[in-house]
Amino acid sequence: MAEHLLEVSGLSVDFHTAAGVVHAVRGVSFHVDRGETLAILGESGSGKSVSASAIMNLIDMPPGHIAGGSIRFDGRDLLRLTDDQRRQINGRRIAMIFQDPLSHLNPVYSVGWQIVETMTAHGVARDHARAEALRLVTRVGIPDPAGALRKYPHQFSGGQRQRLMIAMALAMKPDLLIADEPTTALDVTVQAEVLALLEELQAETGMAVLIITHDLGVVAEIADRVVVMNAGEVVETGETDAVYRNPSHPYTRKLIGAAPGKGEMHAPLSPTAPVLSVRDVVKSYGEFRALDGVGFDLMAGETLAVVGESGSGKSTLARMLLRLDEPDSGVAMWKGRNLFTLPPAELFALRRDLQMVFQDPTQSLNPRMTVFQLISEAWVIHPDILPRARWRERVAELLAQVGLRPEHAARYPHQFSGGQRQRIAIARALAMEPQLIVCDEAVSALDVSVQAQVIELLDRLRREMGIAFVFIAHDLPVVRDFADHVMVMRKGRVVEHGSVRQVFEAPREPYTRALLAAGLDPDPEVQARRREARLAAAL
Amino acid sequence: MPLSATDTIPQEPGALRRLARMLWADKFALAAALFVLLVVVLAVVGPMWLEGAATRQNLRGRNLPPFSLAQGWLGVLGADALGRPLLARIIVATRNTITIAAGAVLFSAVIGTMLGLVAGYMGRAAGQVILRLADVIMSFPSLLLAVIVLYILGPSVANLIVVLAITRIPVYLRTTRAEVMEVRERMFVQAARVMGASRWRIIFRHILPVVLPTLLTVATLDFAFVMLAESALSFLGIGIQPPEITWGLMVAQGRQYLQTAWWLSVWPGLAIILTTLSLNLLSGWLRIALDPTQRWRLEMKGRRNG
Amino acid sequence: MFGFIRQRAIASLISLLGLVVLVFFLSRLTGDPAALFLPIDATDEMRRQFREIHGLNDPLAVQFWHYLGDLARLDFGDSLRRARPAIEIVLEAFAWTFQLAVITMAIVTAAAIAVGALAAFRVGGLFDRIASVTSLVGASAPDFWIAILGIVLFSVTLGWLPTSGTGTPLHWILPIGVLFIRPFGLIVQVVRGSMITALSSAYVKTARAKGVRSGPIIFVHALRNAMLPVITVIGDQAAALLNGAVVVETIFGFPGIGKLMIDSILQRDFNVMLAAIMVTALAIFLMNLLIDLAYALLDPRIRH
Repeated sequence: MAEHLLEVSGLSVDFHTAAGVVHAVRGVSFHVDRGETLAILGESGSGKSVSASAIMNLIDMPPGHIAGGSIRFDGRDLLRLTDDQRRQINGRRIAMIFQDPLSHLNPVYSVGWQIVETMTAHGVARDHARAEALRLVTRVGIPDPAGALRKYPHQFSGGQRQRLMIAMALAMKPDLLIADEPTTALDVTVQAEVLALLEELQAETGMAVLIITHDLGVVAEIADRVVVMNAGEVVETGETDAVYRNPSHPYTRKLIGAAPGKGEMHAPLSPTAPVLSVRDVVKSYGEFRALDGVGFDLMAGETLAVVGESGSGKSTLARMLLRLDEPDSGVAMWKGRNLFTLPPAELFALRRDLQMVFQDPTQSLNPRMTVFQLISEAWVIHPDILPRARWRERVAELLAQVGLRPEHAARYPHQFSGGQRQRIAIARALAMEPQLIVCDEAVSALDVSVQAQVIELLDRLRREMGIAFVFIAHDLPVVRDFADHVMVMRKGRVVEHGSVRQVFEAPREPYTRALLAAGLDPDPEVQARRREARLAAAL
Repeated sequence: MPLSATDTIPQEPGALRRLARMLWADKFALAAALFVLLVVVLAVVGPMWLEGAATRQNLRGRNLPPFSLAQGWLGVLGADALGRPLLARIIVATRNTITIAAGAVLFSAVIGTMLGLVAGYMGRAAGQVILRLADVIMSFPSLLLAVIVLYILGPSVANLIVVLAITRIPVYLRTTRAEVMEVRERMFVQAARVMGASRWRIIFRHILPVVLPTLLTVATLDFAFVMLAESALSFLGIGIQPPEITWGLMVAQGRQYLQTAWWLSVWPGLAIILTTLSLNLLSGWLRIALDPTQRWRLEMKGRRNG
Repeated sequence: MFGFIRQRAIASLISLLGLVVLVFFLSRLTGDPAALFLPIDATDEMRRQFREIHGLNDPLAVQFWHYLGDLARLDFGDSLRRARPAIEIVLEAFAWTFQLAVITMAIVTAAAIAVGALAAFRVGGLFDRIASVTSLVGASAPDFWIAILGIVLFSVTLGWLPTSGTGTPLHWILPIGVLFIRPFGLIVQVVRGSMITALSSAYVKTARAKGVRSGPIIFVHALRNAMLPVITVIGDQAAALLNGAVVVETIFGFPGIGKLMIDSILQRDFNVMLAAIMVTALAIFLMNLLIDLAYALLDPRIRH
């Protein structure tokens, strides 16, 4: 049997934590051959990143500890090499790029210096390295390459920073590139570009790519084979297409089933008088126009999805509606009153009607309050909602309503998982008995399988209690199964606004079409067709 | 699809037990905590217990060298020029030393924190005025301020507390303000605003508890600083005046006998350094113990040792 | 950059003015200089004359108005005790303190950064433990106590160093040695903490993935990032030294600004006291500008 380029076998990694020893990776085996792309797919806590860190000798020990196994690279067991020998492999034979390029680039050195350093660290002469850096930066498509080399990381956009990271990683023409969630923080259109760049470069250099991701779409787009990990173990391995068509492990089936954008779309509601009417909202921060004449209508029990990339103004809009920020002009009529001009006393009364669920439940729940305190705070602030004698009973009811148990009321937020925390945040919003809930990226920080559950919960609340939702998201497929209407935003303006079916099946605007096309489908066949179409269009 | 709600959620031990366990894990911090406890106990009972022994002159025991039990166990650290046993005097001086430091830390921490909360959360105007005030205090050489104020008011324990408290207010003010500016942008504060929580509720229920661990760490460190400042003032003859005593004053009084009776200055100086060292150690431990992302270092160690 | 300096200058001027007002009126409350400078048996007439000459008879507000008027012409008034312009006396003393502060801080900074950075590299290692204990003890030590023990040991017992004065380089060793201890202890701790944070940062992970050696990772990648909080503490410590190391200057009979300030208060020499405060405040303002400049040099994000 031919030797694999990289062969991980029986790898186990432990971490010492406050809660005891955690077996982050347990007996994991996989291999990567020259020139191929292997994806490790898994949700948070699956151990996928830890496995990659072990290959690069990046695990901090302590608290980490490699408990067993071997990592053979090009015939040698990396775990038996000295630190200095591994240093010489890092960057030269195996390179790595990371999820968040802003924090992974050194903020106080120019990007040119950092790219050159990759080469000088492995003995390349400085002059030669400089010329090579210029070539690399040109190759990854940074405008004004010579000027770019003198700039610092914070002067680039997120997508450009990831391109620069790629340039840096490829400086020594490595045999293997490890990419740890390389496109997760990027907008969909930028994500598509970066992935395309990676594919091109792989074709040029013949390197192998090990990509770590939580996103089935990324796997479908780029991977030849996939390793599915869950709770520190490999549950399934195979050709990407075969795994998608015939998943053998229940976990893989669950993951594929949870991928958004596959269900039945909502039929439009019969129109009634809107509860919320927003017109001509404008907000500037200095020179920057965050919102430029935005408006929409919302009926009771309706869900409006507001979709856009970073800088589109969608989150600013949410902050305006809840008066966390004041607009420059515009009106928002709620039950005949303009939200934007309400005096404090009336605004206070109105808080009961309008509630918000934030993106990251880890941050939106005060870590020093119990679940009971978090939920009952609504009634401390608005004592007329509920007499104190009924608090305990009502908290139990609300917890049951969001799928938690009454005895959880005494716990603190950090004792729950991400999805459970978001349920607590939803219960807190429900405690106010609101008629409208604004969800600001409420599911984007959650794992795919949890995302589906939370959306299901929100949809049930809408049906059962007639709550209207403004659902803000950067990702189109997420809102497909849930929204009645979709509003696409770009640079502070509304690009397109229509029923969910119209926006997804017959988008009118080129930008909406571009957004839809850039989104990655979990089905490898669909992705392959789109890739061909893209290449054809490029020619 | 199983509901994640049915997953088990780990039970955690109570906060106090956790702290105790983490203290046990760091033996230096444990020793420091015990020493500080001893000092506090002596500050409470010392004067009642040994006032007589500390002031009783004994001409036969003048400048008695240390490590001798000839004058009883109280004489083990030697005696001063009037034959008063040093150990007794050090213990009696504990109360003044600790009272001044604790008083100054308490006042400056409470006032500084309040001002910092206001400067950090309220409008820009109030914040600027408060900050400029802090600048004035900060640019004032603190010893100079102390000298002027003590000259006007007279050097008593209470006045020393006032002076030292004033000079330390900016420390808490700035720390609190910086932390508040950061915490107020966090999501859970925004969530409270969406619910209609009042400013005071947000400040005291949501922001203060998050800022408190940092302030506790700073205060512990500052306790040591204030002790040193008081000692320096007393040493210069501007602080506490005889017959009242503090450790700093004892070092000053022993200075003229240094060549003949070194122990007069060395022991009280050692008392100062041991106490400040303990406080510094405790502060370092607190910083780790109260930081959820650093805590594992202590909890891991505790498990391995225990 | 220029706008920034001007803004800072205005803010500092406001604090300085507040300081001058505070000191001017507070210091008048400490007592009557006539009582101190004239013999006990001086007649009321002599007292009146003394006060007349030095303008101490006018209402306080008028005195202050005159003082500000003189100040606008850069006239700080004369010393009551020594018949010389106050500013001359102050600048002489400040020159001594300035030298002492610069030499001490240079040594402290170099030593503390090296020790702190190396300690952070192997947290919990032998060097780290020695450095941590040493810096803790240093940060906890009362300087006056160290000073008198130093005199007993090096001057009296061993006879190596002079006890006080400023004549030869040898005279500087004990004051610098004593002043070194506390800032060194404090700064080592800050460097160590800041370096631990920097070394666990994402960009250090990248450097490790690139195959960079440990040396450059510590001293090139992490140290420059870790320096920002360190510079703040260095600034605070340097400011404290510029304000006069009163205790050390007193013990070693060092004719610096701290000793001058205390003496001028004890002698109710108001003009000297006020001039001293303004000179040190100006020095600290300039130093803070330097600190800001250092920030901008180290971190391009501040520069832009």
